[in-house]
Amino acid sequence: MSDTEHNQIREAITQAISEHETILFMKGTPDAPACGFSARTVAALQALQAPFAAVDVLPDPRIREELSTISQWPTIPQLFVKGELVGGCDIVMEMYESGELAQTLGVDGDGADEREQRDEAHAVAPGLTQIENRLG
Amino acid sequence: MPNAEEIKQRIEAGIPGASAEVEDWTGGGDHFRATVTAEAFAGRSRIEQHRLVYDVFGAEIGGLIHALSLKTQSPR
Repeated sequence: MSDTEHNQIREAITQAISEHETILFMKGTPDAPACGFSARTVAALQALQAPFAAVDVLPDPRIREELSTISQWPTIPQLFVKGELVGGCDIVMEMYESGELAQTLGVDGDGADEREQRDEAHAVAPGLTQIENRLG
Repeated sequence: MPNAEEIKQRIEAGIPGASAEVEDWTGGGDHFRATVTAEAFAGRSRIEQHRLVYDVFGAEIGGLIHALSLKTQSPR
């Protein structure tokens, strides 16, 4: 595995984080989470009807490796808002319960368009999947 | 296989002045839940507080320790 391949993945992750105001790196997809921690985090975002992009880290273990290198955070899920790591499942749930999450996301819990959320969720994955295919 | 007592001792040894309550979430020795109280958390964001705890375990988090669910607080 070359450094170039790692750098391409790292670049794609960095770009995805910068291009999406709210982006969740998770195991599985919002419709079919593959881990309880990812499922709870998705549920919190959906409860607030917050639009978010989602990236499944499972198809290629390097996504998770590079993500953790960038974020200095060892576990999945990881939620980023405006380019900043907000936290994993524990922090997101704590913030959801205290109302801070709605504040951070800039939603009041009933304003967002769910269709937009779905479209955006599917928009990100191709970039990272493409890389996976190219290297596969 | 780490147990809850070992996780507690390592957190308390790794973060000066910390006290931790740890439970084995599933009984399987790989999913733990910890509440950690430490003066060192004062003035730090949640992210920074959790990182201090994760740093105690390094690469074991996500490996041998599949999940370490955290609640952190500074003493009142």
